[in-house]
Amino acid sequence: MSDREEILALLRENARYSTEDLARQTGLDAEAVEAVVEDLESEGVIKGYQAVVNWEKVEPERVRAAVELNVTLDRETGYDDIAERLAKFPEVQGLRLVSGDYDFAMEVEGDSMSQVSRFISEKVAPVPEITQTVTHYIMESYKERGVEFGDGHDDDRLSISP
Amino acid sequence: MTFEASERVAGVPPSGIRRFFEIAEEYDDIISLGVGEPDFAPPWAARDAAIASLERGQTSYTANRGMAELRERIASFADRRYGLRYDPDEEILVTSGASEAVDLAFRAFLDPGDTVAVAQPCYISYAPGVQFAGADVLDVPTRAADEFKLTREALESSGAADADVLVMCYPNNPTGATMTREELKPVAEFAREHDLLVFSDEIYSELSYEHDHASIATLPGMRERTVVFNGFSKAYAMTGLRLGYALAPPEAIETMNRIHQYTMLSAPTTAQHAAVEALESCDDEVREMRDQYDRRRNFVLSRFEEMGIDCFPAAGAFYAFPECPWDDSDEFAEALIEDQRVAVVPGNVFGAGGEGHLRVSYATSLGDLKEAMDRIESFIG
Ligand SMILES: Cc1ncc(COP(=O)(O)O)c(C=O)c1O
Repeated sequence: MSDREEILALLRENARYSTEDLARQTGLDAEAVEAVVEDLESEGVIKGYQAVVNWEKVEPERVRAAVELNVTLDRETGYDDIAERLAKFPEVQGLRLVSGDYDFAMEVEGDSMSQVSRFISEKVAPVPEITQTVTHYIMESYKERGVEFGDGHDDDRLSISP
Repeated sequence: MTFEASERVAGVPPSGIRRFFEIAEEYDDIISLGVGEPDFAPPWAARDAAIASLERGQTSYTANRGMAELRERIASFADRRYGLRYDPDEEILVTSGASEAVDLAFRAFLDPGDTVAVAQPCYISYAPGVQFAGADVLDVPTRAADEFKLTREALESSGAADADVLVMCYPNNPTGATMTREELKPVAEFAREHDLLVFSDEIYSELSYEHDHASIATLPGMRERTVVFNGFSKAYAMTGLRLGYALAPPEAIETMNRIHQYTMLSAPTTAQHAAVEALESCDDEVREMRDQYDRRRNFVLSRFEEMGIDCFPAAGAFYAFPECPWDDSDEFAEALIEDQRVAVVPGNVFGAGGEGHLRVSYATSLGDLKEAMDRIESFIG
């Protein structure tokens, strides 16, 4: 693995690793680590650093939905135009063009189910190119961005072993 | 008649690890760096294969030597990875853990009065195994100054020339030492000159970080005098499935199998199915685990360096073996548990040359390692 790949892998695992921790793990010195991270940021490879939140443990819990969108395109409007319009809404947390039965997979977040429903019906459905929306409320998260939401601390190994 | 231990058993003291295990068990908030097994789960493909075999009810005994398919896979793995060429029909024995293979070799080839030179510090089971077989252990201490590698000088000065068997383990538990092919040459030469059998425990072979693993059996004239032990516990995180194997010339395997066929009959069948799949399709997972261990190793070694604790650059297995900041490693390890709730194992339980050191396992999540190293740092102030 190159230094870049290694640092990227480590930051994906835990974006809060300090420069010193990254240096210790990779065997690079702190300046080298910082240089690599700066490059990754300025090239737009790293687009941000966010916490992976288990919303079920937060009061009040956030409501999230996976929304399938179907669109019809006309000569003037492409997928990118629709995407740009949708991505502007702060409720939209994720938006992807996908292959298969529908066109866009959209992730929406809100304070309540009614707020999310209202957003879909008042802001998304009226977009003229959108022909159909199917909303799936997220009931339970088991894994987000590679992180499993089990309680984690189930190390049942003997504390001393040969 | 009473249940009085036989002389062989009575002559073997309880394991030094046992005492620390008991101390550690008194607390429920311990961060343990005392663990000699992976913190990963076996690759899913291997687990699936085990489950599928159970669903099909494949739980009967296998051939004494192990499933033919597994022996074939082991043969091609050993060849592909280490250049060890063994015939799956006659030169491979599948055992219940590498532990069984080690025990079989001792019992198969030792007579009372025989001497077994054991390179130390080392895994805790060798000396008792030799004693259970009625033979005597000769300590061959290795030194921190040699990065705990086995040298010709160590063999000579400990009198190993008169021994019958040499037991060695690289990458090593507890030191994390490895040996390159070049460094193995004088050891092989010594074994040939003094006509020693060599029992080489290579169970950590997939966890060698700085250079490719080299097996002593691949050196000239060594194949015919060596038994290689390996298994699935470490590389594939399959400790509880109890599966290992021995590689040796036909007459050696035949003799070991004579004991195995009466005592174990065959290694666990479910585990053999898992192992076939592990060898077939789990290279990526092994590499990923190795990468993680390597990062943790770098982390731990550099933390010790920053603390001013001497630790040679351990290059294999998942142990660091730093010098103990106190003279008495038992006392230090005990105080560290009581004060800071961090468990490490004192080096003296691993035999001659281990005193004055600590075994620190990094088969633990980086978050816990970080916390544990912080606590050690504040403990030594
Ligand atoms: C050097 C060494 N050999 C053998 C074993 C035991 O392996 P197995 O689980 O295959 O019996 C261990 C386990 O800690 C070990 O460290």
